[in-house]
Amino acid sequence: MRLGLVISEVGQGLRRNLSMVISVVLVTFISLTFVGAAVLLQMQITQMKSYWFDRAQVAVYLCTEFSTVGGCDQQAATPDQVALVQAQLESETLAPFIDTFYFETQEEAFARFQEQFEGQAVADLITPELLPEAFWVNLIDPTQSDILVDALGGLVGVESIVDQRSYLEQIFAILNAASFTAIGIAALMLVAAALLIATTIRLSAFSRRREIGIMRLVGASNRFIQTPFIIEGVVAALIGSVLAGLAVVAIVQFFVQGYLAETLPLTSFVGLQDALLVVPLLIAAGAVLAALSANVAITRYLRV
Amino acid sequence: MIRFDEVTKVYRGTARPALNGVSLEILSGEFVFLVGASGSGKSTFLRLVLKEEKPSTGTIHVLGQDLGRISSRKVPYFRRNLGVVFQDFRLLPNKTVFDNVAFSLQVIGKSAGFIHEAVPDALQTVGLDGKAQRYPHELSGGEQQRVAIARAVVNKPAILLADEPTGNLDPETSGGIMALLERINANGTTVIMATHDAGIVDRLQRRVIEVIGGRVVRDERGGGYKTQATPIVTQGFGLGDAR
Repeated sequence: MRLGLVISEVGQGLRRNLSMVISVVLVTFISLTFVGAAVLLQMQITQMKSYWFDRAQVAVYLCTEFSTVGGCDQQAATPDQVALVQAQLESETLAPFIDTFYFETQEEAFARFQEQFEGQAVADLITPELLPEAFWVNLIDPTQSDILVDALGGLVGVESIVDQRSYLEQIFAILNAASFTAIGIAALMLVAAALLIATTIRLSAFSRRREIGIMRLVGASNRFIQTPFIIEGVVAALIGSVLAGLAVVAIVQFFVQGYLAETLPLTSFVGLQDALLVVPLLIAAGAVLAALSANVAITRYLRV
Repeated sequence: MIRFDEVTKVYRGTARPALNGVSLEILSGEFVFLVGASGSGKSTFLRLVLKEEKPSTGTIHVLGQDLGRISSRKVPYFRRNLGVVFQDFRLLPNKTVFDNVAFSLQVIGKSAGFIHEAVPDALQTVGLDGKAQRYPHELSGGEQQRVAIARAVVNKPAILLADEPTGNLDPETSGGIMALLERINANGTTVIMATHDAGIVDRLQRRVIEVIGGRVVRDERGGGYKTQATPIVTQGFGLGDAR
């Protein structure tokens, strides 16, 4: 009896306040979609970091005939100089930090370049002489590239030492900024959603003030009076969060997996599994947010 | 049943107390008229009994409970022992007579079985047994007030508070309502009725408590609306400072 009564009260409230309920649904929908996108972006960053940082190498580029920077003077590195660098890499000071390293000749570098930029105009302009010879070093701890810079930076015949991680850091900084922006927008929208839910509930309570007055008079418990309103807020927010969940799944399915993964086949992207992890989080967040703000709103309304 | 000890109520933002040092006791089964001009403190008295307001000073006991000691969570359960009727009926326009009365039982968690026993019973008591499926707007004022009374007594409260229940009704209809209230009182319910209706008070000759400017200036058994008898002046309060 009581449960049926509560449910019918909730249904009545939702119908009577339809336009407000729709706005609650939309605002929670949009804000939680942003939350979901931010979470997925963070997941993407973590995934890319663990993938790329393990593969990131330090390149010790040697001089070519055209280079003027570093220890170069428009002279290609001589075999002696190359041997010296190799000796350094194998020395007792550096060896403990190095996992593996290999030497790449200009022809090998050219072949890799051709492969990488196949079909692009730049591939036709480059000749093997333009590309430097290099030692590719895999460090045991990839964060310690400074050691190589210190040890090899001053040597004659070494053009530059480049840690590939520094390229990655820039990409991750951009992705991080994007995800923080999404979180910021989401936070603002969530505040708006909470206030909108509170207003909706107050409006709903106001339109039922006769009933509430009588309920208080005849001694209905506070919980009994409040529950329909809280459920009303939660139902509206749940519809919004389910929509947000669907949107997040759709974004991953059709945009990330369907478009990005096709376009950039070498990068691993967040998949449907990750999206399905985010969905319950969004639904729970929507429900808790609505329950809290509806509770505060109705408690304050009834106290006055 | 109801006891006020030196109760003063000052509403926030006003200097003059709505009730000023009121002490009185109402016994079980009594029928009490609360008379006085508008703004004299009658409604404040009823609101204090209902614990809709807290007294500024003094203590109130209702049904053996000190109202100051009832936690706000327990107030609803306390109110289930009281029935209330208003001048403006306060019925739900979109519910039938039956549903209006049933609503007050549903919301305190009574079973459907109990409701189907108690509601027709209450409607019979107030003389509306044939009109259970009517809507409030289809009823006369007197009938609407009977619905409100049925709602107030359906849970068999120990005390019935009536705030000018005949204020919107013609004298003949009022007579019917008063007969009903007397019948309810005869069944053991304590009735406290705030009223302006001199005719009713004079005719029934019940206990009359007169309030002027927040003070009890007369507490007379078997009195009329205006009395020729010497007013009971409770300790220390003269009529002189009453407005």
